[in-house]
Amino acid sequence: MLKTFKIGGVHPCDNKLSRGASIEILPLPAKVVIPAAQHIGAPATITVQKGDRVKVGDIIATASGFVSANVHASVSGVVQAVDMQKDAMGIARQSVTIAVEGDEWNETIDRSNDLITECNLSPKEIIDKIAAAGIVGMGGATFPTQVKLSVPPGKKAEFLIINGVECEPYLTADHRVMLEKAPQVLVGIRILCKALGVNHAFIGIENNKQDAIEHLTKEAASYPGITVVPLKVKYPQGGEKQLIDAIVGRQVPSGALPIDVGAVVQNIGTALAVYEAVQKNKPLFERVVTVTGKDLATPKNLLVRIGTPISSLLEYCGGIPDSTGKIINGGPMMGRSLCYPEAPVTKGTSGVLCMNEQESLRETDTPCIRCAKCVSVCPMGLEPYLINVMSRKKMFAELEEHKPTDCIECGSCSFTCPAHIPLLDRIRVAKSEVMKIIRSRK
Amino acid sequence: MNETLLFTILTLCALGVLAAIILYFVAQKFKVYEDPRIDDVEGMLPGANCGGCGFPGCRGMADALVKADNLDNLYCPVGGSATMNSIASYLGKAAVEKEPQVAVVRCSGACDKRPKTNHYDGTKSCVVAASLYAGDTACSWGCLGLGDCELACNFDAIHINPATGLPEVDEEKCTACGACVKACPKMIIELRKKGIKNRRVFVSCVNKDKGGIARKACSVACIGCGKCVKTCPFGAITLENNLAYIDPAVCKLCRKCVAECPTGAIHEVNFPPRPVKTETESTSEQKKSTLSEGNNPTRNEQKTETQE
Repeated sequence: MLKTFKIGGVHPCDNKLSRGASIEILPLPAKVVIPAAQHIGAPATITVQKGDRVKVGDIIATASGFVSANVHASVSGVVQAVDMQKDAMGIARQSVTIAVEGDEWNETIDRSNDLITECNLSPKEIIDKIAAAGIVGMGGATFPTQVKLSVPPGKKAEFLIINGVECEPYLTADHRVMLEKAPQVLVGIRILCKALGVNHAFIGIENNKQDAIEHLTKEAASYPGITVVPLKVKYPQGGEKQLIDAIVGRQVPSGALPIDVGAVVQNIGTALAVYEAVQKNKPLFERVVTVTGKDLATPKNLLVRIGTPISSLLEYCGGIPDSTGKIINGGPMMGRSLCYPEAPVTKGTSGVLCMNEQESLRETDTPCIRCAKCVSVCPMGLEPYLINVMSRKKMFAELEEHKPTDCIECGSCSFTCPAHIPLLDRIRVAKSEVMKIIRSRK
Repeated sequence: MNETLLFTILTLCALGVLAAIILYFVAQKFKVYEDPRIDDVEGMLPGANCGGCGFPGCRGMADALVKADNLDNLYCPVGGSATMNSIASYLGKAAVEKEPQVAVVRCSGACDKRPKTNHYDGTKSCVVAASLYAGDTACSWGCLGLGDCELACNFDAIHINPATGLPEVDEEKCTACGACVKACPKMIIELRKKGIKNRRVFVSCVNKDKGGIARKACSVACIGCGKCVKTCPFGAITLENNLAYIDPAVCKLCRKCVAECPTGAIHEVNFPPRPVKTETESTSEQKKSTLSEGNNPTRNEQKTETQE
């Protein structure tokens, strides 16, 4: 019997169209726009000026707080502008625009393909190196990795969990990384274990990626302490708390962090970035992005420099289909529709999905029939229908006890609702309003 | 048979009388004294229960009014000065004078002025849309037009005009309770004083982008050029983050800024139409205005008043 998490969950059609497409390197664009805020926390402080010449991997913005991350140049060339540029949501943010000239890398980066398995650094040195490389959670939450690895005093990490679940339909970036870069990922995991001072790491992979499970199990045999755990397919298994429940059977209490139950969760992509940062001195300036869609000519997995306009990714995969209704930044469950296709790829962009008009159509919502399907699928054990109504009535003070702040925004409730009520939209509002109330009390 | 009926009725009556006696004593024991003036004051309040005063409903406000030592921070925007004065004289306290206010929508990006850049098909609610993205035009500051203000209004005073996609305030009905101000996630609606003869001059834009970007997004945006700041003889206009703001407390309604604004972002409301000037008239007008510029500002204002 395969493991999975206990509460809720849904089974959307997985549509992994680009499953078999090996990672291709996207040709360099003419210019890139790199936002200073690509992570959760304080935006980084930009340190370059217009006219500066940068090389690939040069630091262009430094972390401006504890929860913040460095940002590096992803291309070589001249800084064209440091100004406000629109992000994928259409909101103007501080960004650096670099006009591409050649492809000259910073000399400190080791560009060879040799696998370096030995790491003799101390945990402190590893964490410092990860912080310098600007690594954030690559699964989409973009939480700065060095913060997650700095275990607060009084708490102890018991094991590391690596998220290879990729439960979002359509996305295959992590799947391809596991198949093509397994040794690098495994060394990355060993480094993460060392930084945390733990001896055991679990890699959770859903059962729909049989080839990845077999490949990693075989490779992991030569790395003691790493176990591959096949999991039953269920969305949202890639959620941090769901994954901990699925693999070790511990439930993170409301308001607590995974570290409170002794777990630290990192993504496959993060493990690869950690390997490259620590062993190869390569900061985080490129990532694997799945470009997919039912009507897209050739769905692909691309290795893309941060700041590349999303439109050029789609161009490379055969152009934006005429039937496109929405272009989604991320997967179909949690991703958000793009305001305009020129928005840049950021550290958290795991996929770009072209939905056709049929798929992207929103059904008209009808009154709630109290079927409680949303309650049974909510992986956090919330009551979405209730939060929806109270949020509409603006009863935010009373809402606090119903814990909208626990919502992980997985969208299972909206997905399953037979009345097509946009539950998540309202819950998201409730979440931010209740957060405001909680913060104002402090 | 009859006996059964009789006993039943008697028992029930006895129980009723007993319960009544117990309840009487309990009520005496736990009696809560409530100032009878609260009821009276509540009767004097408009009874809209809008929450514009900051209390949950009129009863809460009445309670606060009776208990307060002075009425400085208590004001019913719906009833206005008349209600407050009558309540104050009833309670024997001094009333605060507040100028009547009205809600003002600070966005004029109608469909023809502010081209749509994308299509939103989500929940028809501004706060939901604002939590998702910047908006369906290139302006990330302006009105989303989904009508949260309309829903929030208890007085049927604000409506989205389908032709422009923007809310319009019915000045007759607006009580300045501030419900729409709180409902708007983009903070477009502002309470401004009604002004003499309901006349107001205000910047109808909240876009803080740089001039070029703002102009590209919307043809009637404030581009932060600062012309109005230089023109204003009273120093009522401030420019911050590429956005002009007219301080209603300082503004003397001279309307010079309105003519100066290159995008027409400054609006004048309820003024009589300006006389159509011929060439000669306008030059003489200009002379007059240059003459009066050196004058005392208050006199200047009086002059405009009498002219109308």
